[in-house]
Amino acid sequence: MIISKKDIPGFLDKLISEYQVFAPVQEGSYTLFKPISSGADAVLTADNTKLPAKEIFFPQSEKLFSYNVTEAGAKLETAIDDQKKVIFGVRPCDARSLVLLDNVFNNDKFQDPYYLTKRANTIMVGIGCNTPTSTCFCTSVKGGPFDTKGLDLLLVDTGDAYVVEVLSDKGKALAEQAGFVAASDADKASAAKVKKEAKVTCQVNTDGLKDKLDVNFYYPIWDKIHEKCLGCGACTYLCPTCHCFDIVDDALDCDGCRVRNWDSCAFPIFTLHGSGHNPRTSNKERYRNRIMHKFKYFVDNFGEIACVGCGRCIKNCPVNLDIRVVLEDVRGSEARLDS
Amino acid sequence: MPKLAEQIKDTAKKLLAEQKVDLVVGFTEGSLPLRGTPFFARTPEEAEKLTWNLGCENNLANYLRKKTGKVAVVAKGCDVRAIVALVKENQINRDDLYIIGVPCSGMIDRKKAAALLDSQEILAIEENGDTVVIKGTNNSATAKVTDLMHSSCRDCSYGNPVIYDELVGELLPEKEAADFAEIEAFEAKTAAERRAFMNSEFSKCIRCYACRNACPMCYCEECFVDCNQPEWIGKSAYNTEDNILFQVVRVFHCAGRCVDCGACERACPMGINLRMLTRKLVKDVKELYNAEAGVNIEDKPALATFTADDPEAFLLKE
Repeated sequence: MIISKKDIPGFLDKLISEYQVFAPVQEGSYTLFKPISSGADAVLTADNTKLPAKEIFFPQSEKLFSYNVTEAGAKLETAIDDQKKVIFGVRPCDARSLVLLDNVFNNDKFQDPYYLTKRANTIMVGIGCNTPTSTCFCTSVKGGPFDTKGLDLLLVDTGDAYVVEVLSDKGKALAEQAGFVAASDADKASAAKVKKEAKVTCQVNTDGLKDKLDVNFYYPIWDKIHEKCLGCGACTYLCPTCHCFDIVDDALDCDGCRVRNWDSCAFPIFTLHGSGHNPRTSNKERYRNRIMHKFKYFVDNFGEIACVGCGRCIKNCPVNLDIRVVLEDVRGSEARLDS
Repeated sequence: MPKLAEQIKDTAKKLLAEQKVDLVVGFTEGSLPLRGTPFFARTPEEAEKLTWNLGCENNLANYLRKKTGKVAVVAKGCDVRAIVALVKENQINRDDLYIIGVPCSGMIDRKKAAALLDSQEILAIEENGDTVVIKGTNNSATAKVTDLMHSSCRDCSYGNPVIYDELVGELLPEKEAADFAEIEAFEAKTAAERRAFMNSEFSKCIRCYACRNACPMCYCEECFVDCNQPEWIGKSAYNTEDNILFQVVRVFHCAGRCVDCGACERACPMGINLRMLTRKLVKDVKELYNAEAGVNIEDKPALATFTADDPEAFLLKE
């Protein structure tokens, strides 16, 4: 199927009447996913959004329930967002990150209704990356510029139009409802050409990385790797797969709500116990946790690396602590694999 | 710049070889175009990796508080101002620090460079004297270095380090102090307009605390935002009021201490105009007490001393 670029605002306007539609909108020098009220607000620039699409499903601060205590007793009210949503213009790396996060929010032990309700009610319309940037390394972590995991539809930019790949029943229904016309053989050929020509030039070698991380928890490499890290949360908050959270009560007297907030392993109060003890006493242990969680613990738990190679942490780190360099340093470090 | 880089390397290698210091904190080539990244050299061989370019934008004073032993630091004007302020606050022992001063005429703001490429990705930046050539995927632009500087560099009149143990390169001609035109324009706004500015800027805040952590003067053992008994501030980010509270308290806490290096604003991933607040306080302290933080080692910090004729307009109705 195919849709002309000039028809996109109209297509989105039609969706807005039925769905809450999220799309990248311009905010100063970058774009962010926002709910749009007009199809014309959606911008599909070559660059990815500043914050990943994860925040739509797992917001930075999410009210889990509100409460009110009176003499008559306590009253709880839970509000789960079950609005039907369309995410338009999500990049394959961000779509794949949600497939990884599904492991965390939906497994044998836990099923998170807040996250899962939003996931179930959302149609993901992705757009492939014709010009991956120099910090993109999706192909090194099982993704790709036209990867379809986690997507219902994928748009391939062929110049004046998007050739639409239908990837699920939800996607098929939306495409039919929108009245996309069939793509000609020529259109399909140009889409295939675009996909072939899109090159991810940056490669990150993860061979043997897990083996090293399995044994090097106490190795001196960690004394140096974190040294320039400032201990801010920019990398974790901009990361599409970071998912640590903290639960707090926002309360005044007898009224309040319980809120789930993003947490960051970079922060000094991350894993600070009620007793005052913190198993991660310094920046070294905290930075090690970031690497271990993504490239060891998540692999141990779910069989996948928790990184989609979007490059946001590389572009936004205030001191240019580049995860590609860190991984190479870990791989090259001397760890006694026989121990 | 390449000449400065060589001189820095030679100085650092000598200091380490002669065991005058255990560590040299400087910059090495980063992984992005024109990006110097903080680097810690402990051997003459490691010192070979030191460099200097127009992207050495971080304030290295930040790293010095946590180090023990004899340390040398490659410090530009604003780094040295922060060092001076930290020495006065007993956070750095001057006797254990060797300052390799580097006169600095300003660092390049890559966001301004990217704007010249229609916000396309920058693949390379080549320094060419007073100009730089910025290269993108299929376009390039030439610009004057002075047009691409960070705003803090544009307003800086302390490019020459105010103290040093050794100077690398040559002192630059003295620069006149910049005016506070932007701050005055902000002050002239109505309260509602100023409020609107604050709301619009701090609705972008994601509370990653990059500003706080990049600031050489933000070093509280426990930041008030991290304290939960009592809970001074809401921990949730959906409340712009709390985001504003965080920043306003931070800025007030740095009153008379902020050296206007701009590290906070450069660190912010969301592009919040933080210097509007920090520089407002710089202006106030200058006007009220004729003081600037970190410009000489003798004076007491502005808010740690008093004179009988200090203005007290906020206490007494005169």
